[in-house]
Amino acid sequence: MSRHVVCQAQELPPGGRKIVEVRGRTVGVFNVNGTYYALLNRCPHRNAPLCQGVVTGLVQGPEPYKIEFSRDGEVLRCPWHGWEFDITNGRSVFNPHRIRAKSYDVAVEPADAPDDDPSIETFPVVVEQNIVVLYLGRSRPNRLPASSVGTNRAGTTRAASTEVRE
Amino acid sequence: MTLESIAAPEVRGLNLGQPVIDVDINCTVPSIEALYPYLTEHWREYITTSAFKGAIDTSYPRGAPTTALSGTTPEKGPAGSSLELVQKQVLDAWNVEYGILNCYYAVDGLHNPDTAATMASAVNDWLRAEWLERDSRLRASILVGPRVPEMAAKEIDRVGDHPGFVQVLLPVMSEGPYGHRRYWPIMEAAERHDLVVSLQFGGAPGNPPTGAGWPSYYLEDYVTMSQIFQTQLLNLVVEGVFDQFPKLRIAFVESGWTWLPSYLWRIDKDWKGLRREVPWNKQVPSEYVKERMKFSLQPLDASPDPRHMTMLLDQLGSDDLLMFSTDYPHWQFDTPEQALPVGLSETQRRKILSENARAFYRF
Repeated sequence: MSRHVVCQAQELPPGGRKIVEVRGRTVGVFNVNGTYYALLNRCPHRNAPLCQGVVTGLVQGPEPYKIEFSRDGEVLRCPWHGWEFDITNGRSVFNPHRIRAKSYDVAVEPADAPDDDPSIETFPVVVEQNIVVLYLGRSRPNRLPASSVGTNRAGTTRAASTEVRE
Repeated sequence: MTLESIAAPEVRGLNLGQPVIDVDINCTVPSIEALYPYLTEHWREYITTSAFKGAIDTSYPRGAPTTALSGTTPEKGPAGSSLELVQKQVLDAWNVEYGILNCYYAVDGLHNPDTAATMASAVNDWLRAEWLERDSRLRASILVGPRVPEMAAKEIDRVGDHPGFVQVLLPVMSEGPYGHRRYWPIMEAAERHDLVVSLQFGGAPGNPPTGAGWPSYYLEDYVTMSQIFQTQLLNLVVEGVFDQFPKLRIAFVESGWTWLPSYLWRIDKDWKGLRREVPWNKQVPSEYVKERMKFSLQPLDASPDPRHMTMLLDQLGSDDLLMFSTDYPHWQFDTPEQALPVGLSETQRRKILSENARAFYRF
């Protein structure tokens, strides 16, 4: 697993997104109501820049002609063909068990965390501020909301990285 | 040479090695007088003394080659109007276990809803008395006037529990697509009586048969009908009919079906990006079709290359969709030997000949 500093936490407020290039990959980092998520900027359908799509909510219909809109800010709609993905786990809305966007771990850490890797400190870091850190790899930080960041690593989520194409 | 001097080919069936269920036997009201016993005195008087002589069916014009196989016209009345000929040329000739009568009498073309309902009831009573009760192999579709769905539902309630009626007949051409909630009383009544709703070739709603307006020729009228079936299929799914009525089954009769694979691919593909419009659909549209719909076998629009038929059947993605039909007396296959697709497996053959229809119609 590799660790990459994305930005200062204050640069990515709730509802915000930041698309960064990490080791040849483009990754979208999202702050959804204070929790951070990252998705590969590539739709599993036709490789569109998924993370540039509209951030919206979940549209459900418990019965015909009845529409419920919920989880505003948690669904990403691909700009090319409108496929919808759950930002919090990368799963597609229409076929969550088979179609997923690749997702990564994101954590908010104190800028002076002991395991900061100086070799990738290519972003400006203000020591007093928290930084958003992106993990590419397999281990899973503990999930903690950003608001409760303390001296330990704060994480969000990581879904299985299987990609299925139709 | 006059037409009369050409010998008509013999109307025959084929021994398919097992009894079959024929889901499409077209029967015809021979004349308005045939309905008199089933009409009130008022209506008999009205028909006798006015220009109104019953509904006029133009979907199968007399003399068009699709309308009747040579040799199916009885001495008196049009093809499909004689029980004896249907018994001889269909039920006996094909070893029919059950045969479903579809009497498309164009009540949907009548703009007066009471006239339409009256004529539909008369046809249903005529079917019951003169067909269903005279041959235990026969079943029938309930004719309704679809313009006022609540009245159609009443007719379904009136005759729907008679064991001879197994489905509701809706002409595929309609004032608006049938999935729309205005038609739900019909769907609800059908589900209430455990009846299939069938959409069938033809209709006289007053709309042109294409979205591009009125075509010029009967050939166009006939061929483009499959496009209307396509419109209805998608509408039934996305309006949520299958979600709203979880036990409802829908049959397409004389729709053709070789267009299904590519059409379903297209629907599923576009649904993925647009499903938020119709979030009540809980699965890919093609799944609703495979679980809740069936299609009559004829007309079979096949490629001359038999390998293509095998591919098509594979592309359908289900062996449960097709039901054998003769489409009697229409002229949909050149010889009985061409009634079935080529290259069927034993299982596919048995399902098409009887088992799919048996499960669908609860025979």
